Amino acid sequence: MFKWLEKNLPKVVMAPAVGLIGWFVYGFVLWTLYISFTNSKILPKYELWGVGQYVKLWASRKWLISVENLLVFTALFLIFCIVIGIILAIFLDQKIRAEGVLRTIYLYPMALSFIVTGTAWKWILNPSLGLQKMFVDWGFENFTFDWLVNREMAIYTIVIAGVWQSAGFVMALFLAGLRSVEDEIVKAAKIDGAGLFTVYWKILLPMMRPVFFTSFVILVHISIKSYDLIVALTQGGPGISTTMPALFMTQAAFHKSQVGLSAASAMMMFMAVAAVIIPYLYSELRRENAR
Amino acid sequence: MQDNFQSSSYKQLEQKSKYTNMFLRWFLYFILIVFASYFIFPLYVMVVTSLKTMEEIRQGTLLTWPSSLNFDSWLVAWGGRGYGAGDTFLRPYFWNSIKMVVPAVFFSTFIGAMTGYVLTKWRFRGDQWVFLFLLFGCFIPFQAILLPMARTLGVLGISNSVIGLVLVHTVYGIPFTTLFFRNYYISVPTELVKAARIDGAGFFKIFFKILLPISAPIIVVTVIWQFTQIWNDFLFGSTFSFGEAAPIQVALNNMVLSSTSVKEYNVDMASAIIAGIPTLIVYVLAGKYFIRGLTSGAVKG
Repeated sequence: MFKWLEKNLPKVVMAPAVGLIGWFVYGFVLWTLYISFTNSKILPKYELWGVGQYVKLWASRKWLISVENLLVFTALFLIFCIVIGIILAIFLDQKIRAEGVLRTIYLYPMALSFIVTGTAWKWILNPSLGLQKMFVDWGFENFTFDWLVNREMAIYTIVIAGVWQSAGFVMALFLAGLRSVEDEIVKAAKIDGAGLFTVYWKILLPMMRPVFFTSFVILVHISIKSYDLIVALTQGGPGISTTMPALFMTQAAFHKSQVGLSAASAMMMFMAVAAVIIPYLYSELRRENAR
Repeated sequence: MQDNFQSSSYKQLEQKSKYTNMFLRWFLYFILIVFASYFIFPLYVMVVTSLKTMEEIRQGTLLTWPSSLNFDSWLVAWGGRGYGAGDTFLRPYFWNSIKMVVPAVFFSTFIGAMTGYVLTKWRFRGDQWVFLFLLFGCFIPFQAILLPMARTLGVLGISNSVIGLVLVHTVYGIPFTTLFFRNYYISVPTELVKAARIDGAGFFKIFFKILLPISAPIIVVTVIWQFTQIWNDFLFGSTFSFGEAAPIQVALNNMVLSSTSVKEYNVDMASAIIAGIPTLIVYVLAGKYFIRGLTSGAVKG
């Protein structure tokens, strides 16, 4: 017995982690998958009911709105975060004075919770005392900025706050990428007469392909999971105009007693994440094995 | 003659490019500062607003500097107004968060260190698959585990408690802590471990005598990452706790959303700063480690 323990000690030490993850991640996901095929209302029921919940889900106007919002948000969030992140990274890469201070400023939102920043943005964007009043007081008397309470525009306030929170992070990824390129390559290009713009556009940015890929995966992942920011900023409103899948799921599960439906929506989110992550993991592993 | 002409033209050219360069340089700084102001703007507004009275808020704009440094709203946000029911303030929830963060960070870091150690220094057949098995936990959308987790906590009798949240955060932190330690220990030469094994050192002795003393950087990265994630969590906090057991982010959200009386933006902003200050301090003091964790484990978001 003692000998066995000694020999298998590493595996025994691994066991709790593997057991916990096996149960709380894989087991729970399977449970949710199972429940999504049942007609559970307030409490989970275990008789199978087929794909009824998925049919119901895709017939629900609220779910369709949340998917549409997710697509709009993800597209804008991706574009702005990556463009701003790259601009900042390239500019910071020009031997800038006070680079450390600027970097700290660009990245600090990542240290704050979405609830904290959402609270701040909600105050800034509120039409009565926030930005709108500031511009009116400055003499732009007809200036209106009521996106936060405007059905059509509210989703864009979430984009503004989301980009503000995450653009610095993309900057950090790209700056690290640019710094890891050997100086020789840039020097050689410059000797060949390439201008700074050409060096970045033709040589360095194409080399950043893995960084683009990583940023893409991380940002899509953040946006599919967006929950806190919406709760803090709009609670899905006005009406249901800024609902997103994560919010839909928790509301169905914990406020509307639609356990089966919420499980189905959770599985849709799971599949969306898997569609992005599995190719990513696969390519990462290949890269690591090639090393 | 020709020589002379050429050199003067060259000089002119150089002069010209010097001016363009200077212009570009100014442009560069201009853009960087514009973005810096965009990033700093909300923080500035938060601080300034929290120091104003409601009267000042109504009269001035977002940017107006307060007439005097008035910390009243901070005191109200932290300790309440001193009347009974309906007086919500952050102090008890701040302590909830501390009580939740400290053990959860400790346990998840410890487990991650152990699994990272085994996965790199006591390799066994299929260990890569075990790593992948654990790693996948970094990516799952937590919505897919909320329902069974809520039931499990209920069955265990720890729903709506700090202990329940410690369990949740420990478990879902393991994939990340494992990733951090595994990637760090993999660069430690295995020869060291082999030599120690020949000398008769056991599993734990090797860990505590060889690996642990050189683990300081990765422990700092992991602790900071876990601390930030758990302190800032809202999804688990709001799903698995309410009322008195809630962590600070949930309490902050409830405070801001409560519409019982006139909206007091100064108290809201003071509350938001109080909820954000611990992670902000960590970020300012240990930014380097924060960024390292971010770039290596940021899949969670």
